[in-house]
Amino acid sequence: MTAPLHEPTAEAAPSAVEEAAVGTAGAKAVQGRSLGRIAWERLKRDKLALTGGVVVLVLILIALLAPVITSLVGQDPNEYHENLIDPLFGTPTGSLGGISGDHLLGVEPVNGRDIFARILYGARISLLVGFLSAVVAVILGTVLGILAGFFGGWVDSLISRIMDGLLAFPQLLFIIALVSVMPNQMLGLTGTGVRVFVMILVIGFFGWPYIGRVVRGQTLSLREREYVEAARSLGAGRLYILFKELLPNLVAPIIVYTTMMIPTNILTEAALSFLGVGVKPPTASWGQMLSSAIDYYDSDPMYMVVPGVAIFITVLAFNLFGDGVRDALDPKGSR
Amino acid sequence: MLAYLIRRLFAAAVMLVVIVLVVFSIFFLFPKWAGVDVALSFVGKQADPAAVEGVRQKLGLGEPIYTQAWEFFKGIFAGRTYSGGGDVTNCPAPCFGYSFRTEQSVWPVLTDRLPVTLGLALGAAVLWLIFGLAAGVLSALKRGTLWDRTAMVVALAGVSLPIYFTGMLSLAIFVFGLKWFNGDYVPLEDSFSGWFGGMILPWITLAFLYAAMYARITRATMLEVLGEDYIRTARAKGLREQTVIGKHAMRSTMTPILTMLGMDLGALIGGAILTETTFSLPGLGQAVLNAIKTQDLPIILGVVLITSLAVLIANLVVDVMYAVIDPRVRLS
Repeated sequence: MTAPLHEPTAEAAPSAVEEAAVGTAGAKAVQGRSLGRIAWERLKRDKLALTGGVVVLVLILIALLAPVITSLVGQDPNEYHENLIDPLFGTPTGSLGGISGDHLLGVEPVNGRDIFARILYGARISLLVGFLSAVVAVILGTVLGILAGFFGGWVDSLISRIMDGLLAFPQLLFIIALVSVMPNQMLGLTGTGVRVFVMILVIGFFGWPYIGRVVRGQTLSLREREYVEAARSLGAGRLYILFKELLPNLVAPIIVYTTMMIPTNILTEAALSFLGVGVKPPTASWGQMLSSAIDYYDSDPMYMVVPGVAIFITVLAFNLFGDGVRDALDPKGSR
Repeated sequence: MLAYLIRRLFAAAVMLVVIVLVVFSIFFLFPKWAGVDVALSFVGKQADPAAVEGVRQKLGLGEPIYTQAWEFFKGIFAGRTYSGGGDVTNCPAPCFGYSFRTEQSVWPVLTDRLPVTLGLALGAAVLWLIFGLAAGVLSALKRGTLWDRTAMVVALAGVSLPIYFTGMLSLAIFVFGLKWFNGDYVPLEDSFSGWFGGMILPWITLAFLYAAMYARITRATMLEVLGEDYIRTARAKGLREQTVIGKHAMRSTMTPILTMLGMDLGALIGGAILTETTFSLPGLGQAVLNAIKTQDLPIILGVVLITSLAVLIANLVVDVMYAVIDPRVRLS
């Protein structure tokens, strides 16, 4: 720089304003901020993303506390209320699918199970499968992506071909096929436990290439950086470089892709249950509620609206939050 | 260019073989681990052991997977004969075998159902490309305006709605409530207007989801491209804004969109399973879903093969178009 130091340069002025606006006050203003801190401060200003995040938190609480909430309301997800059903048509008596003080979201046709309680229990399946399958995908994707990017050569070719292949597969078809041929008992699990476990594994397995591709690309460019070379010249081992130098720099893209993957996985779980290969009745799940509602779309539309809106709100909240996280962690975004 | 094409074709063929092997493994190995006999699932639970053994021999279920897969491939191109268990069945090429459940030949089932799915996927693709791209480009150009924000909120809602829910809602509103459309599927050869009327809702429902996805991607890509140096250069040398956007920016924006289109179209041709289930369209997706539920392996294999073929062809076309649009691809 040849510009005289005492003259305020054009670049310095706006960044100082930014610093003040962000609120890192006083002496701390000149200190460097970590990526996490910058991201958090950007996220805090993004109202939509924050709303999404709050809704996600509420949903997690609802899922965790489902038994408590339902018992407080005095309902059970599997209890029949046939007295609330019109014996002629099999649909709930009363307006809007039988909504009342006892049954906040009405009751199901034919057997009269409480929809509110079933929605709460359905949230457990959705969120459990959504989160854990993302975890499976992240672990597989990160490990294999780093290996491919870091070692290159035949390791890279092999892993990349597998990823290309998996991405070119007709995925939903294979997920359905795999889920439906899985045994009904394994690893000491039975019934719903097995179905949930299998869905987590299969959805996660088909999700890892999305993360793997990104991690591989990042690793490829990161391993040529000076700081990696510096570590290597200081005698750092491969494992040290992998875990201490590369992994921390991969955290941001991994977080972004994980938050984006959860809503997709929730939709896949709902789709599987909708198609009748996911969670089996009587266990409540949103997709399966929608699939039984398809026979009543004309006579009892509320029955399909409630689980449909539940899926919509959940996925939308995750998407809003995910978009916000992506923007906040994007180094190219405006700071 | 030719070398590039040949390489892609070869990779596609390898992929096809791998996919068939995987399908065979899924439906032969997994049941074996689970202690279920495929021959038994063919004959039914109360079958006597001799009949089960006959089926096993006739279908070659005792052979190793690769032998079965090879027989399967051979049947497609040269036909095959099933013998054993007393009688001989000759299955001319293209032989995809016989359904375990209905004992129909699989090939006519596939050719009956393919047009339904093809019509659904292609019709929807036209809609979502027009609306998705237009919305995405406009949002990028008018970034931050009311239009941009509205379009992006709608798009976000679009990707967050399960397709069977929008489908059921539209059925309830437009078919049952307003009675604008007839909810039944009419084959194209019976009546064009009937077919068209029955397909409008499925098209719009399917296209809404994809248009939302494409609008989001188009907007993001377009914004990134507009920040590139060559766009500034194009503007600096005095090109009209129309040319800058239409020729220079669109070209780069189209590359990721094309990749997506190839994958999405391929996957949809193999069965828009959810859309077909919701609207009761007798397409490939419905066929394969029923087949999976009844463990009807030959039908599953047939549909999976057609799907994979569709995905591969779509990707191949995309790769070629890629090479045309982006000369850098040809070199690598």
